[in-house]
Amino acid sequence: MDLAAIFAVEILYAIASLVVISSGLAVVFGMMRVINLAHGEFMMVGGYVTIVAVRSGINIYIAMLVVAPLVVGVLGVIVERLIIRRLYGRLVDTMLASWGLSLLLIGLASMIFGNTTTGISPPIPGFAIGRYQVNGYSFFIILAAIAILVAMFAVLAGTRAGLVARGAMQDAAMASALGYNPERVYMLTFFAGSALAGLAGGLFAPLLGLVPTIGGAYIAKAFITVISGGASVIAGLVSSAVLFGSTSQIFTLATTPMVGEIALLLIAVVLLRLMPQGITSRFFRGKM
Amino acid sequence: MAKEMKHAFLVALVAAILLAIAPALIGTYTLTLLVIYGILALSLGLIWGFGGVLCFGQAAFFGLGAYAYAIAAINIGESTVPLVLGIATPFLFAAALGAMMFYGRLSDVYLGVITLVVTLLFFRFMNSSAGPQYVIGTARLGGFNGIPGFQTLNVPGTPSAYIIGDAYYYLTASALLIVYLLVRWLLASPFGRIAVAIRENELRVELLGYDARARKTLLFAVGGAIAGLAGTLYASWAEIVTPGLFSLGQSAEIIIWCIVGGLGTLVGPVIGAMLLAYLKFALGQQSVIDNTLVLGAILVLCVLLMPRGVVPTLGTVLNRIYRRPPARRDRPRPAGSQTAATPPERAHV
Amino acid sequence: MFSRRTFLTGSAALAGAGILAAGAGQGFAAGPIKLGSILDTSGAFDAYGKPMDMALRLAVDEINAAGGLLGRQVEIVAYDTQSDMALYTQYGQQLARSDRVDVVHGGILSASREAIRQTLRKSGVPYFYNVLYEGGVCDRNITVVGVTPSQQVEVLIPAAIRKWGKKIYVLAADYNYGQITARWIEKFARDAGGEIVQTDFFPLDVADFGSTIAKIQSAAPDIVVPALVGGAHLSFFRQWAAAGMKSKIPMASTTIGIGNEHKVLTPEEGDGILVAYNYSPELASPTNEAFLAAWSAKYGNTDAIHEIAVSHYQGIQVWAEAVRKAGDVAHDALIGAVESGLSIDGPGGNVSIDPKTHHAVLDVHLMEMAGQKLKVIESFPQRQPSDTQGVCDLAANPDDNTQYEIKI
Repeated sequence: MDLAAIFAVEILYAIASLVVISSGLAVVFGMMRVINLAHGEFMMVGGYVTIVAVRSGINIYIAMLVVAPLVVGVLGVIVERLIIRRLYGRLVDTMLASWGLSLLLIGLASMIFGNTTTGISPPIPGFAIGRYQVNGYSFFIILAAIAILVAMFAVLAGTRAGLVARGAMQDAAMASALGYNPERVYMLTFFAGSALAGLAGGLFAPLLGLVPTIGGAYIAKAFITVISGGASVIAGLVSSAVLFGSTSQIFTLATTPMVGEIALLLIAVVLLRLMPQGITSRFFRGKM
Repeated sequence: MAKEMKHAFLVALVAAILLAIAPALIGTYTLTLLVIYGILALSLGLIWGFGGVLCFGQAAFFGLGAYAYAIAAINIGESTVPLVLGIATPFLFAAALGAMMFYGRLSDVYLGVITLVVTLLFFRFMNSSAGPQYVIGTARLGGFNGIPGFQTLNVPGTPSAYIIGDAYYYLTASALLIVYLLVRWLLASPFGRIAVAIRENELRVELLGYDARARKTLLFAVGGAIAGLAGTLYASWAEIVTPGLFSLGQSAEIIIWCIVGGLGTLVGPVIGAMLLAYLKFALGQQSVIDNTLVLGAILVLCVLLMPRGVVPTLGTVLNRIYRRPPARRDRPRPAGSQTAATPPERAHV
Repeated sequence: MFSRRTFLTGSAALAGAGILAAGAGQGFAAGPIKLGSILDTSGAFDAYGKPMDMALRLAVDEINAAGGLLGRQVEIVAYDTQSDMALYTQYGQQLARSDRVDVVHGGILSASREAIRQTLRKSGVPYFYNVLYEGGVCDRNITVVGVTPSQQVEVLIPAAIRKWGKKIYVLAADYNYGQITARWIEKFARDAGGEIVQTDFFPLDVADFGSTIAKIQSAAPDIVVPALVGGAHLSFFRQWAAAGMKSKIPMASTTIGIGNEHKVLTPEEGDGILVAYNYSPELASPTNEAFLAAWSAKYGNTDAIHEIAVSHYQGIQVWAEAVRKAGDVAHDALIGAVESGLSIDGPGGNVSIDPKTHHAVLDVHLMEMAGQKLKVIESFPQRQPSDTQGVCDLAANPDDNTQYEIKI
């Protein structure tokens, strides 16, 4: 029984971590039809910001929940102004440019922080469920995932800003005619997506350690999760995270992490083969 | 068709001369790698630039060719059959994968995801095959270690006559030229013309009664075979194959070569690959500036400022300066034009 | 054999004299001796490679300051392989064929050693691999100046079993080092009356060990033995401590500390882990004190020093000693000297080379991580590389070129 509870926590954690990793990408892709391949590196930057902030004496929770999202959000705005803005509507070009950006960020981080693994210790002690110990930080990630989803839903469905954003994405000209500036909406959306990436990076830094190249491990998962999820930002994200997270973790627990990862990838292939065009296809036609 | 092939031979002749004098500037050991990368870039240049299929997993075919060669070479000990297997295996695999994708009507971003996922699958599997239970014949897959110490290319029939050093360079350079001419021939054939038409408007081609799926699959498989050839040559050059061949970084580099060199041309990707690979090699010799940073900056700038790539842009610039079709002497040029559509001349390069 | 060696030495001396006359413009020395270095000084394994590179430069500085070898200065030709195994063959070929170095020192992961070993053997460049490894390499061209399983695992595992219990859970890096070491752990555990409840292998980029920690608990072992390698695997120790497992199941590791992990982890995360290596900065010997002083003089402090940096330093000393003894840097003469009962006094104690296997005989210390240091508990002087001695005899089979693996 205790063991079942432990395994259940691990499965929930796997789902939550996919949500945390992918949320930023999902916002940017779902709202703007932009695939930011530097998403993993934005997370990496968030991680380094957290570690640097903690080392310079800032409380760890403030560092990862406030400082990292803000810094990466601002970085996102700069990137949007300098690069992404020029490429709207050119899906492949944005992917390539952001890929270039990701390499650039890896290079920069290697020059600044060196190629060595660094890390900080998780701030939450483990606790016992019956005879077994659980990493308290796993629960924190699960809570964070729920908070992110709730916040996303609240903003998109319940606030005026969310309404305007959705409106501007649907019909930029109309939004513009109504007095809203679509450019600003794009910029703010990209800010939100980047801030979520920064938050994710901050959240994972204490758990997984950091190297400049760590983004590569995140982006593939996030990319697969978001694309398989489909058009709807929140429902798509949750459904694919649940599917991939639970399958891969069940296989991991039954065998090895390698088999878990391979199971995730195979499921993704099958899923995309069965739903080749998916609900999102209409957004892509003619853009690539 | 005859006219186009004439141009192709001209380009090949110029390239042959350049490749023949290149050893005077750069060591053949490095040059061999550049040429191999050229072949690899050409494979993606074909399926992306002419087939319109953006494959994030060209590295999968490259690695598959290399592994197929290495495993066969260990088992057989003579390089002729392994060489054939190194090309045939990725060809068949690409055909199967392509059929799965194109008959499933997958397109655009989804193709990208599937090819990416397949590459990751190979990488994950190969990277965790270090245990003694992963054996094919007498060849251990070796996991992270890769497979070292296999028979490198030899003169067919004589296992002890290794083709190494300068001879190997001339062999790979000839392979590049032959592949280039074959691809040109393929593109000039009715098959190739329809393939390009599919890229431009798949629906229209289908309405004309052609089976676009079969053609895309075949084109994809040919691209896979060329990448496999590059992998085979690479294995023999490096004397080791490692899971790194399947990595995302490797796939990314191939895409960068094509984008920087110029899509919609064949010479563009080859030049892009050779220039960037040499740059990476040169940057690897110093430690002042990180070379990933430089490659990243180049990619960003290229997408923003030269979305058509170096070779087409150069063509346009030369065209403007001379106000006449540029001389074919210095560098083959895809007839640059402002439109995204493919002008007929583009097919010459 | 002997006469041929003497002849070679003599002819080399003559050749040396020739060069001496020709190179008069450079003073009395002939051209420098070229030492090829091939290490990961960036990338995932730079925690191992950077201090090794520092050790190399310190060792060569000391040799040159003392007048070089055979009156010639030693010049380093170094390549950074960026933790990429494919670059090893590339740079290995470059060192052997275009730089034409006299010796190659380097390689960190066993994967990298196997990537260049054959190339160097074919080109006749003597190769020194100076890192703790899984044992069994039998090749006259290579000299191994690192700890092997019979020196380390045979000390570590029985000690852990005596201390904590019989049931062992092994976590190993998924490549040749981890695969083979896991089998050695199983052998020595059985010999000591223990049993392996499970062995899990992890590719080097795995960083999330949450599910593994759950699995370990369900297996309920007495001891966990991580043979994990590289930066990503370090997070296992953090997650283990964060789950509160530190106080529940003790650990003995064959790798932690080699890359100074005990200084990266907090005392809460690291304290109490049992290890066994050749070196600890705490060793009190005049040679070690002199080494620490020389290191601080060159690099400011001694923080970077770790097990395999010292073993690299000792490897270079062994090579230098072989050159002095042979009076020559050429391949056959040098290998002859390696097989003549070579011995040096290094920071980690006396290191001598077993002629039949080209492996080192050295001291091993059972240690415990405490307060970010390695505290010596018990010392085992001059242990033989008996794992390799059991399968390899280069005197009888000079053409052997295999890495023997333990069968269970």
